Amino acid sequence: MAETKPQSAPSTDAHEKMGFWRQYIFSVDHKVIGKQYLFLGLFMGYVGVFLSYVFRWQLAWPGTAVPIWGKVTAPQYYELVTMHGTIMVFFVAMPVLLGAFGNFLIPLMVGARDMAFPRLNMASFWTILVGSVLLLISFFVPGGASHAGWTNYVPLSDASKYLPGNYWGGNLWLIALAIDFASVLMGGINFLTTAIAMRAPGMTIWRMPLFVWQELVASVLFMLSVGPLIAGVVMLLFDRMVGTGFFLPEKGADPLLWQHLFWFFGHPEVYVVAMPGLGIVQEILPVFARKSIFGYRMIVWAVIVAGILSFTVWAHHMFVSGMNPVLAEPFSATTIAISIPFAVMLFAMIATLWRGQITFSTPMLFALGALANFLLGGVTGIPLGTNASDIYLHDTYFVIAHFHNTLVPTAVIAGFGGIYYWFPKMFGRMMNETLGKLHFVFTWVGFNMVFVPLFLIGLGGGQRRIYMSSVYTFYKPLQPLHVIATIGLLVIIVGQIPFLLNFFLSMFRGAKAPANPWHANTLEWATDSPPPHENFHTIPTVVRGPYEYSVPGMEQDWAPQAAAVDAGAAQG
Amino acid sequence: MANSAVEIGIAHAPHEVPTSFELGKLGMWVFLAGETMVFGGLMGVFILEGISHGGWGSDGAHVNWRLGAINTFILFTSSLTAALAQGAARVQDSPRAKRYLSATALLGVLFLVIKAFEYAGDFRDGFTPLAALFWSFYYVMTGLHVLHLLAGIVVIFGLMFMVTPRTPAGWLERKLKYVCLYWYFVEVVWVFLFALVYLAPTAG
Repeated sequence: MAETKPQSAPSTDAHEKMGFWRQYIFSVDHKVIGKQYLFLGLFMGYVGVFLSYVFRWQLAWPGTAVPIWGKVTAPQYYELVTMHGTIMVFFVAMPVLLGAFGNFLIPLMVGARDMAFPRLNMASFWTILVGSVLLLISFFVPGGASHAGWTNYVPLSDASKYLPGNYWGGNLWLIALAIDFASVLMGGINFLTTAIAMRAPGMTIWRMPLFVWQELVASVLFMLSVGPLIAGVVMLLFDRMVGTGFFLPEKGADPLLWQHLFWFFGHPEVYVVAMPGLGIVQEILPVFARKSIFGYRMIVWAVIVAGILSFTVWAHHMFVSGMNPVLAEPFSATTIAISIPFAVMLFAMIATLWRGQITFSTPMLFALGALANFLLGGVTGIPLGTNASDIYLHDTYFVIAHFHNTLVPTAVIAGFGGIYYWFPKMFGRMMNETLGKLHFVFTWVGFNMVFVPLFLIGLGGGQRRIYMSSVYTFYKPLQPLHVIATIGLLVIIVGQIPFLLNFFLSMFRGAKAPANPWHANTLEWATDSPPPHENFHTIPTVVRGPYEYSVPGMEQDWAPQAAAVDAGAAQG
Repeated sequence: MANSAVEIGIAHAPHEVPTSFELGKLGMWVFLAGETMVFGGLMGVFILEGISHGGWGSDGAHVNWRLGAINTFILFTSSLTAALAQGAARVQDSPRAKRYLSATALLGVLFLVIKAFEYAGDFRDGFTPLAALFWSFYYVMTGLHVLHLLAGIVVIFGLMFMVTPRTPAGWLERKLKYVCLYWYFVEVVWVFLFALVYLAPTAG
């Protein structure tokens, strides 16, 4: 298909400067696009963290002036929580896990020279960049960004009379989301086509690394779930801008329709985010335990089963919405059923560690931290998916703590693990281990300091989306827990300083990385660090599965997937 | 960042792609799977809302099913010429393929013209998107379809201009495999729309 022209190698500094725009800004190279996604995701991530800092301060010490921000007004509070959720799910988790890691790794891991459609790939990045900019602009339009919550429920989000003054904020929210979806659709077309049709010789589907499997299933889930919500976004835009009544009860429509459309997408969407994160963990664990992954095929089947089941669980978000209560039983049953494949995956990952030779390097610490907290997130999903207990827990901080314990371990903690693990491949230099471990301790301890108290607040009946908790008597006993949580967030924020220092200094000053610093098997380690343009000097031939570590009788404890070491890699 | 010394030494092999897959076609199938869910979601919602309202009643009785039927026929014919264009491209007869393609695109334009008259008539009779929930659905669903058809027409015209006597053999055949796939998809969507929006509500 569309060929990438071999670029002329820059020979002098002057030439390098001339080529900068073509090579690093308007690039069609999947590796550069992956890094662009990573930078965008990190930037948006820290914007999202800043928003959470402001509203968490308000939650801990209601009504006091927040340093750097000032006093938080009620509309501001709802703006902050809405945009925090929106940014973190759609403009951080997806760009980092799909955009950055998926783009950078899928062609390398399957042994392809680039994505199937490089120009579509570039378009995908620039599309999501436009969406991100629009979303950030919405903070500065009259009335501010959307106040309607990250789920944007109607009728609150529908007609301007319910949220007067929030007209453009709400519109831009919808438009930015539609653009974001279009971008990920383009990415998904590339991921699927590349992984299906551009695998190197010998790379059978049962030799694909689990990360590629997870990205594949995640892409399928996204492609098949987002359509109805795109239709819903268009309908809601018509309601807001033209004056139709697709979701307005006074015009004879059903307001629950939006919730159905949102969660029909929204539930598969959390797996779209979780699966690549689990894939990262599944790549890291065998390498640093020097052991084959436990139950490779079982994990693949578990992912596929979870993917299929994910289309049947959405109404567990709606048990108290007023939908037909008869539906609650089947949706409870499917929700409990979907925990089985995830439990299979978790046990397989734990069994991978069993009697391994574990090295606690930074990527491994993040992977283990992700594993531990994802377990907590998964287990607390059961009482929420069961309609009897959900009626009590619904819309409390228990829900917040639950979904942060599923999404943060996969998107953020595993994501950081992925950055530490693949940084040598991305930038050709090693990151500092001490700073990395410091980053891990602050992030992971801080994260649990935030969300363990939130579980307790939720169990105590603390409702979410309350701006000034100090006015409610029932909230008084729970208030100290909010203070602990906010201090935890401050710990996380402090912990980002070693990361940012490490990330940017290592990029330019770090020790040169060898081609395969971790002695890993998968194909991305069979080429230079960073990989040359078009990835491989010669396309490798794959002779074995991705996780053959410590095979008895072999001289070394790893067995690369590629038949012979790439000739060029010896130089690097 | 890039290791220039190593880069010079690369022997650029062409993309090694398994020949059993055609990337463009595979990519288009994936894209259409997503598109199916967009239209499927809309139609599903339309059906469910119709059921919960006990049918669309008098709101749906005023769609211009005659123009809809004519447009269905036009779109069918355009798919026929698209298929004939594919046949011509398969035997490397680019001029004939281009003639069939222009017929396809022009039939698409004709569809849009008739649709424009239909919209104008609906508006004249007071059936705007704000008239009733049925008409809101009608405009969003057919409007989305119109946008897809418009995209298809632009792509087909673009393809025709890209084919010159120097175009390598087989190029048009490859491109048509997925461009026509898209065109057929847009036609199939219309068939569903015609049944749902024109036939079912007017049948009573």
